[in-house]
Amino acid sequence: MISLRKKLSIKAQKNIVGYIFVAPALLFFLIFVLIPLVLSLVLSFFKTDMFFMDMEFVRFDNFQRVFQDSLFWRSIGNILLYTLMAVPLNVICALVLASLVNTQLRGVKIFRVLFYLPSITSAVAASTVWLWLMNPSYGLLNNILNALGLPSATWLSHSKTALVSVTLITVWQGVGANMIIFLAALQNMPVQVYEAAKLDGAGPLTVFFRMTIPLIAPTMYFILTMTLIGAFQLYDQVYVLTSGGPANSTLTPVYLIWQNSFGDNAGPQAGYAAAQSFVLFVIIMLVTVLVRRFDRDNAK
Amino acid sequence: MENTTTVQTPLSPEALREHRKRQIHRIAYKVLLYFVLVLCALVMVLPFYWSLITSLRPKEEILKLPVTWFPSRFTTEHYAYVFETIPFWNMLGNSLITTGVGLFTNLFFGSMAAYAFSKIRFSGHKVIFNILLSSMMIPGVITLIPTFFVLLRFPLAGGNNIIGQGGIGFYDNLAAVILPGAIGVYGIFFMRQFFASLADDMAESARMDGAGEFTIFFRIYLPLVVPGLLTLGIFTFQSGWNNFMWPNIVLQSPENQLLTMAFKFFKTPTQVDYGPLMAVSLLMSVPILLLYIFMQRYFVQGVALGGVKD
Repeated sequence: MISLRKKLSIKAQKNIVGYIFVAPALLFFLIFVLIPLVLSLVLSFFKTDMFFMDMEFVRFDNFQRVFQDSLFWRSIGNILLYTLMAVPLNVICALVLASLVNTQLRGVKIFRVLFYLPSITSAVAASTVWLWLMNPSYGLLNNILNALGLPSATWLSHSKTALVSVTLITVWQGVGANMIIFLAALQNMPVQVYEAAKLDGAGPLTVFFRMTIPLIAPTMYFILTMTLIGAFQLYDQVYVLTSGGPANSTLTPVYLIWQNSFGDNAGPQAGYAAAQSFVLFVIIMLVTVLVRRFDRDNAK
Repeated sequence: MENTTTVQTPLSPEALREHRKRQIHRIAYKVLLYFVLVLCALVMVLPFYWSLITSLRPKEEILKLPVTWFPSRFTTEHYAYVFETIPFWNMLGNSLITTGVGLFTNLFFGSMAAYAFSKIRFSGHKVIFNILLSSMMIPGVITLIPTFFVLLRFPLAGGNNIIGQGGIGFYDNLAAVILPGAIGVYGIFFMRQFFASLADDMAESARMDGAGEFTIFFRIYLPLVVPGLLTLGIFTFQSGWNNFMWPNIVLQSPENQLLTMAFKFFKTPTQVDYGPLMAVSLLMSVPILLLYIFMQRYFVQGVALGGVKD
């Protein structure tokens, strides 16, 4: 009898202790993840302002409006274009940099430190500096171009070049972190494989494309997914650099959602912005699933 | 290493020439590599140099052509202007408080949960962990507006009654920044890997000796995952310190704002004051740069671990 109670209590004790240990985490997860997730859908059916003073149930009106809102689809188009430019550029540059610093050269560690430097500072700080560098008349970039005998570029001030300029800035800032991840993958690779390839007379480019790339494919997929999800939520840089302009050319969905819900002239659009977030969420999920499928097909 | 190669056995002229040729190739390759590396390093570092130089240049020299690589004289006028214009010490304090508290709660509660998931294995631990894990794939933008709602309507906070009506909740309060980020799923996931690599029998034998579960956690396991805590700590500090969007939504009054928001005082839609703007950007970056210099190893480790263990 006593031994049975003891046995039961050991299992029960384990459960009690376990749940006490995870209780704080679960409580915060409930309040700041699960409840907001449910609320995000609920709020999408209301017309309300940022402080939720008057909440009017409007059924599917917000969603209907999202599908007819040309500004929203403009922002989706912008972010798709941005993603198509920024993600491959970031991944390719990161891989090239990782290969460059994956050597035994003297001082190579210093280069690793320097390449990662932009990644540790905030997007806000980096953006303010680039805003100055890209100043059309007094900025360093145009003055370097002119000194080299090249014409000035419009950078952030023209709708044709603004999104490309933002891309350059985010790649400059994000490439170091991805380089470190690639570098870790490269350093984990079996040395014997390379030696065998060398003995077979494979050149460095053959080795890179035929062996290195396939071997780091899992890392590549990881970086691709994370960079993609990050790219779709571009906001800080747009806030500092362009406020979505000129002519909405750098307007991103998150910036638009922020404008509609918390911006200076938001008005009663928080519910509508919630519906926009929901649609954006679905789009991001679709793209992620697509990339995952593409990756699986490639792996076969 | 290569340049210490000495010819020990007499070689034929052809072999010698072949050897020289290979050596020249190797040197040329090295020079080219260094050239590319230095070029890339310049691109990465030049913006830092330019912001520093601009922040120390006299006001009249900033918007002047031709652009010079070096200021005619150094001045701290822009820094003085920053300290005059914004409640700098308030903002610095707020950044330190929000980041510091977030650091503590994430490490403490995160590793507690991680420990339970990997070492206590209570019923349902797998299901719960998988739910937490899959939430990491959810883009943060979806919870932006509803989280604001939750904080605004938080019961008994900021003049609210028990059902969260009547007041402003945690709006314009540092708690609005701290609470949503207090316990991150990433931290639990990250620390669980460290606990999983530790043996179970340490806990078993400690239990035999009559040690309580909390003692086992604090005295035996937690000290063994200190490297993990440092890495996660740096990660948490960095993301907290650099956070802008959410604080910019929930913090209203200047004396409640964070350092990342300070740039707004020097950049309005109509005018940008570059000297103070560069000064304030550097000031907000100094703590994180110092941390990077002293704890570089853990920065790199954190990024690398995040990528490899997926």
